[in-house]
Amino acid sequence: MRGAPRRLTRTEARSARAASGFLLPFLALFLLCFIAPIGYALYESLLKVERTGPLGLGGETKQVWAGLSNYAHALEDDRFTAGFGRVLLFGAVQIPVMIAFATGLALLLDAASARWVGFFRTAFFLPYGVPGVIASILWGFLYVPGISPLVEMAHSAGWDVDFLGRGAVLWSIANIVTWQFTGYNMLVLIAQLKAVPGELYEAARIDGASAWQVARHIKLPLIRPALVLTTVFSLIGTLQLFAEPKVLKPLSNSIDSGYTPNLAAYNEAFTSNNQHIAAAEAVLLALVACVLSFGFLRLVGQRGKDGESG
Amino acid sequence: MTEANDLTGGVVADEPGGPGEPTDGAARGRGPEAAPPGARPGAGRRRAAKGRAGLEPPLRHRIITASLLTVAALYFLTPVYWLVVSSTKSSSDLFGTFGFWFHDPHPLDYLHRVLTYDDGIYVRWFANSLMYAGVGALAATLLSAAAGYALAKYRFPGREGIFNVILAGVLIPGTALALPLYLLFSEIGLANTYWAVLIPSVVSPFGVYLCRIYAAAAVPDSLLEAARIDGAGEARIFSTLGLRLMTPALVTVFLFQFVHIWNNFFLPLVMLSDSDLYPIQLGLTSWQGYADRQPELYQYTVGGAFLSVLPLMVLMGVLQRYWRTGLTEGSVKA
Repeated sequence: MRGAPRRLTRTEARSARAASGFLLPFLALFLLCFIAPIGYALYESLLKVERTGPLGLGGETKQVWAGLSNYAHALEDDRFTAGFGRVLLFGAVQIPVMIAFATGLALLLDAASARWVGFFRTAFFLPYGVPGVIASILWGFLYVPGISPLVEMAHSAGWDVDFLGRGAVLWSIANIVTWQFTGYNMLVLIAQLKAVPGELYEAARIDGASAWQVARHIKLPLIRPALVLTTVFSLIGTLQLFAEPKVLKPLSNSIDSGYTPNLAAYNEAFTSNNQHIAAAEAVLLALVACVLSFGFLRLVGQRGKDGESG
Repeated sequence: MTEANDLTGGVVADEPGGPGEPTDGAARGRGPEAAPPGARPGAGRRRAAKGRAGLEPPLRHRIITASLLTVAALYFLTPVYWLVVSSTKSSSDLFGTFGFWFHDPHPLDYLHRVLTYDDGIYVRWFANSLMYAGVGALAATLLSAAAGYALAKYRFPGREGIFNVILAGVLIPGTALALPLYLLFSEIGLANTYWAVLIPSVVSPFGVYLCRIYAAAAVPDSLLEAARIDGAGEARIFSTLGLRLMTPALVTVFLFQFVHIWNNFFLPLVMLSDSDLYPIQLGLTSWQGYADRQPELYQYTVGGAFLSVLPLMVLMGVLQRYWRTGLTEGSVKA
């Protein structure tokens, strides 16, 4: 190495030049679409609009420094904080149910006789191909009395259901999310199950372990990393809940404009024309998501090094 | 929801850390029989399926398993079935007849009306969606490939720092970015144009992440050195050798980004006000919103939803295969 310093520097210079050529197009757009919006949101969240003229009704408006008053406003807004609480409650119930469901299906498929596995796997994964909006429109029809055959069947069985009522609508949304993403999470878990060496099961079987014991004591512990990942990402997804409540809103009186944090920020910007407060709410949303992301990074910290060039 | 969950696929991509073979076999849809013996969990049971009675699980177990799977399949397929049935009904039948059974079906007639309503705006939305997702995913794949390749195959100062910032981008929720991005884009006059949806769609931090891992494992340094000695330029080496060797990862990135853009709702909703620029999801919600005043729009919404789901259903079949291939490929280096 020491023998040819000049040549090395040339190679290095050439290497850096080529690398920047490959990297720059992506980095420029990354800067525009990821870094700049964050900076701009922070900036906007610190300003407010002041009207001049008599009674503050004049045509002249100007932006003035607001400090943290937009954040204070957002955090004092009962509807916004209630939306955060609602979304956390949603996650605390929906995520465990969905992950347990996905785990159950993954284990069942792993144990099922081979012939039908392909059909079932595809059937469970199919809803992932239905966009959130379409899924919400679809389930919306299945919730609304008058159209829904489910409501009709329940009524004729003497059961008075109201999927869109005050207490129920959050769980009706949870059902849409569960329907869409259980199969996806199941595939993640199946992939991890397949990565487990088969000899392990052979050995357990020879030792006389039952199918249930193998699932409980071997498979479940081994898919723990995938379970942690699907859980954390579901939590970040839950914070972003938007399409489902937005689509169901016209059908249910129980969904207000601040039903989820994302819906609150959207309405603040486009209905109330309050982009500074909307920016503050978006920053708060990203902040909470970041706290969760860092939790995730700590959980799988050592994994980040995998990309090291060989 | 979609955004974060798409990421799951991404970051989980290097999760399994196991042998690629068995997953591959199953992923092709050939079923476990096709996998090499002993390579897959449940090998005992597979042998039982081939007729070795000794290890066969009790009949009772198999019946319970099959029933549970069937109940789950009913849950996942019923809404899809309802959609198929309902797309053949008129608006009044939609309300007046039992939802889980056909009534006076006129599928082609109603679908024709969906396609021609309002000067064929539906077709336009569909084309917009295809354009956003197709062009966006293609550009995203190329940009990710180049960036991932650079991060894997060149040593330069700041490399790890750049990579870590991009990784952090994977974890930022897309909808938290969309609103500030709108404010920014309207400032520079890009809001309510095709570019407003296209530009953010071509940035895929996960794509860079996957491409870097894959390029590090699949593109040998010695091959690049040999090409350099032969006098090939860096761009030529990348386009002839790099891209070819990275093809499987590129297919995964393309398919993921395609589905991600196709399903994205928040970004176009925020960015677009001109309905001529809408992707299909946005168009359908606008129909749904007007249906109170124009009841026939209920029928068009249902029929339009049915048509829009068809191509993605086909893509799901393909994606399921590549998706699992992608999982094991990501794990090559793990």
